[in-house]
Amino acid sequence: MFGSTLSAAVAPFMNGTALALSAPSLAHLSGLDIAVIAIYFAMVIWIGFYLKGQANTSEEFFMAGREMTAWIAGLSFVSANLGSLELMGWAGSAYQYGILAAHWYWIGAIPAMLFLGIVMMPFYYVCKTHSVPGYLKLRYGQGASFVAAVSFAFMTVLMSGVNMFAMAVVMKVVLGWDLNFSIIVSSLAVAAYVALGGLRSAIFNEVLQFMLIWGGALLVPILGLVESHGWSGFKEKLAHNISTGLTPAGDYTHMWRSMGHFTDNPMGIHWTGIVFGLGFAISFGYWTTDFLVVQRVLAANNLRSARMAPVIGSFFKMAVPFIVILPGLLGLIVLQNPDGSLMHLVGQDQVNAAHPYSYNEVLPLMLVRYCSPGLLGLGITALIAGFMSGMAGNVSAFSAVWTYDIYQPLIVKNARDEHYVAVGRWATILGVIVSIITAYLVMSAASIMDYVQALFSFFISPLLGVVLVGMLWKRATKAGGFWGLLLGTLTSIGLWAWVKADPSALRYVALSPDARAMAEDMYRALWSVIVSMGVNVIVSMFTTPKTMAELAGVVYGATKIPEEEPVPFYKNEWFWTVIAIIIFIALNVYFW
Amino acid sequence: MHSGHISIWFFIGVLLTVYGAMITAYGIYELVSGTLANVVLANLHAPVWWGGLMLLLGLFYSVKFRPGRER
Repeated sequence: MFGSTLSAAVAPFMNGTALALSAPSLAHLSGLDIAVIAIYFAMVIWIGFYLKGQANTSEEFFMAGREMTAWIAGLSFVSANLGSLELMGWAGSAYQYGILAAHWYWIGAIPAMLFLGIVMMPFYYVCKTHSVPGYLKLRYGQGASFVAAVSFAFMTVLMSGVNMFAMAVVMKVVLGWDLNFSIIVSSLAVAAYVALGGLRSAIFNEVLQFMLIWGGALLVPILGLVESHGWSGFKEKLAHNISTGLTPAGDYTHMWRSMGHFTDNPMGIHWTGIVFGLGFAISFGYWTTDFLVVQRVLAANNLRSARMAPVIGSFFKMAVPFIVILPGLLGLIVLQNPDGSLMHLVGQDQVNAAHPYSYNEVLPLMLVRYCSPGLLGLGITALIAGFMSGMAGNVSAFSAVWTYDIYQPLIVKNARDEHYVAVGRWATILGVIVSIITAYLVMSAASIMDYVQALFSFFISPLLGVVLVGMLWKRATKAGGFWGLLLGTLTSIGLWAWVKADPSALRYVALSPDARAMAEDMYRALWSVIVSMGVNVIVSMFTTPKTMAELAGVVYGATKIPEEEPVPFYKNEWFWTVIAIIIFIALNVYFW
Repeated sequence: MHSGHISIWFFIGVLLTVYGAMITAYGIYELVSGTLANVVLANLHAPVWWGGLMLLLGLFYSVKFRPGRER
């Protein structure tokens, strides 16, 4: 999930961590469940060893040989983002706020994914860059590239550590597992299969994880709908619960009706924040410039596959609310206490003997409610797989950026290919070690996590401004890119620090005294993109542009996009883009 | 996806087949013995049909993408 919105999903797990860790575990696994989990670990290690022989050159290790089909790249692209914390966090948000949480899956993803596939992918793919910082080097030179590479590499391993610790907490809360056991076992498995098989291994496991998540989680909404007598039955029961005071009043089933003012919805967000902040600044920043996800598409086997991959991913992304948001909503009416009364989930810091479970446990609670032995193990395996593939995504992206964008241009320029593969393998192990250290640092001071997430969010949106202007405007210059990135980032940091020091400043950042924390993320991202683009344009007007020859392959208007072979309409990326847009609009209208 | 190499879909097929077989077997045991797990809607016997579905899908992928088969 996006850096800045990750906090919305993850932070609640950390608040009151000590309290959560002292509670009895939520689920008890049978022998069959343990066998299901053990088989998964055996499978990922087998894949890592099997793929070792296919990761001998740098192109194979870092770019998976650029051999991925559109389907594999597309599933991996969407799966790299489908972490378990996000699944559990957004299911909890759906329980708390209703279907508003689906904005993060629809307007907060689909337009950006389609834009990446149709508009931006040709430039990334034609210039044959190995990474997003690599693209910046071609477009703006070493300065902007170095800033982007260092910030990305640093933040990626820190985020990996934060996720690792959060995973251990979830495993402790849900299964009662020891924190050290979860951290060590998961990091050893990830280090083994990524260091052995490189990006190909990470991608294979992401596709595997994707299938497991659907296999393990899809049964929950199906059985939930059966128990609720369908969607209309759910709405009737919910309306009854609200009218009798069993459930807090609110509009849980509409996405846009309550967006007219900050005070009309429980998230404290205005529609402009959702459309321009989330729908543009945050989601375009994440889906089109975060190398963690873009790397998967760069591994596609040809330009058409590279364009199709995000389009294919968009369909699955649109479907994710069915296994995340819907279970959260259904939990509002089906979850019961042992005495048969309606269960009330609360915030993590409000958990007590009367309310033993928090919002974030709605997904595991629903799994436990419906899944018998074997199926429960499958659901838990899906959560573990989600954590591990997220970690693998982080360390494989770190390894590529460290080797290509920091080590090769600045430390050892002209070594043999085998040398860089070895550096990549060691960087993978180093990435895992730094992640483990970060996990233990967070364990000793949970507030570190908030700072790490804030740091991550500082860089993503300004990077979007720089990449977008550079890709679509020939006049943008090296100095424009550098200063745009720098001042956009400083704007983001400055606004964050301002609100941190004086919370009432939120009225200026988010344009309303009624805005809440989530709105801050969106408007902060929006301002930093605007500053980044504005500074880039202004500085570029006063500095010397690159020649057309230098811009070939990296900028619109100076790049000859290779002609693609004609294919039947059902294999054409434009056809599926139009279908995705129609479904996206239909979903928003239906749940208006 | 790579000539001469095992496809990811084969790995997925194997995993789904193993999981499907285990879960279906448990579901059949429940059905035959009548000892249902303490979960809601246990009477729908989800392990039988969900596990069966996974087993069929797994077998399909395992066979279609088996190593050495020309695609």
